[in-house]
Amino acid sequence: MSNTSANPPENIFDENYKYGFSTDIASESFPMGLNEDIVRLISAKMNEPNWMLKKRLNAFAVWKNMKEPAWAKVSYPPIDYQNSYYYSAPKKKDENAPMTLDDIDPKIKETYDKLGVPLHEQEIFAGVQKPRVAVDAVFDSISVATTYKEELKKHGIIFCPISEAITKHSDLVQKYFSTVVPPDDNFFAALNTAVFTDGTFVFVPKGVRCPMELSSYFRINARNTGQFERTLIIAEEGASVSYLEGCTAPQRDENQLHAAVVELTALDNANIKYSTVQNWYPGDKEGKGGIYNFVTKRGLCKGRNSKISWTQIETGSSITWKYPSCVLLGDDSIGEFYSIAITNNYQQADTGTKMIHIGKNTSSTIIAKSISAGHSSGTYRGLVKVTKSAKNAKNKTQCDNLLIGGSCTANTIPYIESGQSCAVLEHEATASKISDEQLFYCKQRGLTDEQAMSLIVNGFCKEVLQEIPMEFAVEAQKLIGLSLEGSVG
Amino acid sequence: MLKIKNLHVAIGEKEILKGLDLHIPNGKVHAVMGPNGSGKSTLSYVLAGKAGYNVTKGSVTLDGKDILSMSCNERALAGIFLAMQYPVEIPGVSNLTFLKTALNAVRSAKGLPELDAMQMLKLLKTKAKELGLSEEMLKRAVNSGFSGGEKKRNEILQMAVLEPSLCIMDEIDSGLDIDALKTVADGVNALRSENRSMLIITHYQRLLEYIRPDRIHVLNHGKIQRSGDASLALELEAEGYKLHA
Repeated sequence: MSNTSANPPENIFDENYKYGFSTDIASESFPMGLNEDIVRLISAKMNEPNWMLKKRLNAFAVWKNMKEPAWAKVSYPPIDYQNSYYYSAPKKKDENAPMTLDDIDPKIKETYDKLGVPLHEQEIFAGVQKPRVAVDAVFDSISVATTYKEELKKHGIIFCPISEAITKHSDLVQKYFSTVVPPDDNFFAALNTAVFTDGTFVFVPKGVRCPMELSSYFRINARNTGQFERTLIIAEEGASVSYLEGCTAPQRDENQLHAAVVELTALDNANIKYSTVQNWYPGDKEGKGGIYNFVTKRGLCKGRNSKISWTQIETGSSITWKYPSCVLLGDDSIGEFYSIAITNNYQQADTGTKMIHIGKNTSSTIIAKSISAGHSSGTYRGLVKVTKSAKNAKNKTQCDNLLIGGSCTANTIPYIESGQSCAVLEHEATASKISDEQLFYCKQRGLTDEQAMSLIVNGFCKEVLQEIPMEFAVEAQKLIGLSLEGSVG
Repeated sequence: MLKIKNLHVAIGEKEILKGLDLHIPNGKVHAVMGPNGSGKSTLSYVLAGKAGYNVTKGSVTLDGKDILSMSCNERALAGIFLAMQYPVEIPGVSNLTFLKTALNAVRSAKGLPELDAMQMLKLLKTKAKELGLSEEMLKRAVNSGFSGGEKKRNEILQMAVLEPSLCIMDEIDSGLDIDALKTVADGVNALRSENRSMLIITHYQRLLEYIRPDRIHVLNHGKIQRSGDASLALELEAEGYKLHA
C-alpha cells in the first residue's frame, strides 16, 4: 500500500561531508595562544622585512583594544583566542630549501588529489589541451605548492604565496598591503593583520590579460588551528585577471576559526573577477563543530573605468560572517556581487556586500540568492552608499530567498544611504518555498528526490551560476547537487 | 496494460475512491468522465503516486507489475506519464535541461545509453516542430510565462519524448481554444500505439470528438457507474451526469 507523507522534506541538504577526512603528517606548530611573541615568531619564521613586522605589531596593539562585533545575526559561545594555535605547518625535509612541486610530502599530494585539486601542471595530451588552471595550495598556515609560476612569469604576472612575495617583492607588497582593508578596519581584520601566515599574491602588470584562471585552495588540517590567510591581488592599468578560491576542512567536533583578509586593487580600465567556492566543514546535524568563517574582503576600483566582480558560493562553515565589497572610487567604475549562500542544520550565515559609490557614473549590481534548510538561518545584509561626489550612480539589488522546510529562517537587511539626488537605486527582494507541486512534477517525470531538488535549486541560482568561470561551473553545480545527496524521502 | 481492482483511496479520513475497477488493454484509449468532485483527479494522482493519497484497499498493476509499492519516480520510470491539468513553473530550469534530465533518467532505467546535449536538441527540435512549438520555447524555463495552450502542448511534448507505456491526461482540454485543442489532440493521436494505453480524464465530450476513445467510463461517488463505447459521451452531453448521481 502506498502511503507517502505530504510533508515537505526537511533535511534535503543532509549529506556526509565528503571532505571531512584529515591527513596524518608531521607538522610544526607554535605554542598555543596569542601574544606579541607569537606575532614576532610568525614574522621571523617568514623572514619578513621590518616594515611588515611593524605592521603586525601595530595591528596586534589595535586588536587588543577592539571588541568582537556583535551586530550580525549569528550567535555562538565566546571564542577563547588563547585556546588556538596560530601557526601550524607541514614539516619540510630541509628547513632552508625552497619548496618545489617535487618536495611536497606525498600525503599532502594525496590530500589534494582526494579533493580533486591538481598540484601538477597539465600536459598536452594527444594534441588536446585541457583548460589550464594555476593553483596555489595552502595547507594550514602555509602555502605548499604553486603551479604554472614560470609560465605566468613570462607574461610578467606574479602568482605566488604571499609569504614569498613579502620577501621577494617587498616594495610592491608594501605599496598595496592594507591600503584597501586597513588594520583597524574591524576586529577580525586587525587579528588577521597581526597573525596572518600565508595566502596568495597576484600581480598583473599593465596591459596584460592573464592567460589562465588562477586559483588558491585553502585546506585546514591541524586540530585547534586557526587559519589566517591574506590575499592581495593587483591589476594594473588595462590588466585583467580571473581568480578562484576553494576551501575545505576535516570533520571535527570543536569549532575552528578562519579569519581571512582579501584585498583587491584595480587601476584604470583593469578588470578583476574573484570567485569563491566555500565548502568549509559546516558542523554536524546537531550543530556541533564546523568552521567559524569571519572574513573581510574588499576591492578598490581605484582607476577610471575599472571593474571588480565578486562571485561566491557559500555552502560550508557553521558561521559565516562575510561581506565582499567594492569601493567605486574611479569614475565609470563597476562593482558586482553575485552570491549563493546555502545553509542547513544549524548553520548560520550573515553575508552580503557593500557598494560604496564615490566616483562619477559608477554602477553596481547585487544578486544574492539564499537557500535555507533545516534549522539554519540565512541573512543577507547589504549596504549601498552613494556619496555626494558620485553623480549618476546606479545600483540594482536583487535578493531572493528560498526556504526548505518550516524550521529555517531567512532575513534580508538592506541599507541604502544616498547623498545624491540623481542616483538611481533599485531594490527587489523575494522569498519563496520549494513547493510540493514542483517536486511532484519533477518526480512524475522520473527524477529522484535529490535530482528534483538539485534541479530546482540550480534553477533558482541560475543567474549567479552563470557568473562562475567555465572551468569551475560544472564543479559548482555538482557541489549544489551534492549538498542534496541522500536526504529526501 | 493497466489493471485497477477494487481501489479504495482516502485523503486523510475522507474516502474518495470507493472500489474502483478499470482495465485498459494495450493499444486502447479509455476516457473517464464525471462531474466535479467525483474523484477523477484523485484517480490520476494516485496512479502517479502523489504524496497525501492513501490507498486503503485494492490493487493496481501496469503490465503485470504492482505499481502501488513503487515510489512516484519509480512509477514514472516504469512507464506512467501524467499530463497535468495545471503544469507547474520551475524558474531558471530550461525546458531543454528538464527534458534531458528526465529522458536520461528514463533511458537509464531501460538500460539505454544517455543522450548528449546535441542528440537531445535534435530530438526535441523534431518533436517540438510536430506539436507546433517554437525552438525558442525549449530554451525558456519550464512552463514559466507560458500561455495555457503552450503549457498543455508542452505536456504533450514531454509525453512524446519520454515515450511512456501509460499516458494519463488530466483535463488537458481545460482552458484551450478550439485551435489549441486540435493541436493537442493531433499530438495525442500521433502517440496512439499498439504497446501504449491511454487514460483521458475530462469533463466534456468536446475533447473526445478529436481523440476518439475506445471506451468511456462514468465515474461518480468514487466508483465507475457505467461504461460504454464512444457514443456514451454524446448521451452524457445531452443528459448530464444526473442519471449517475
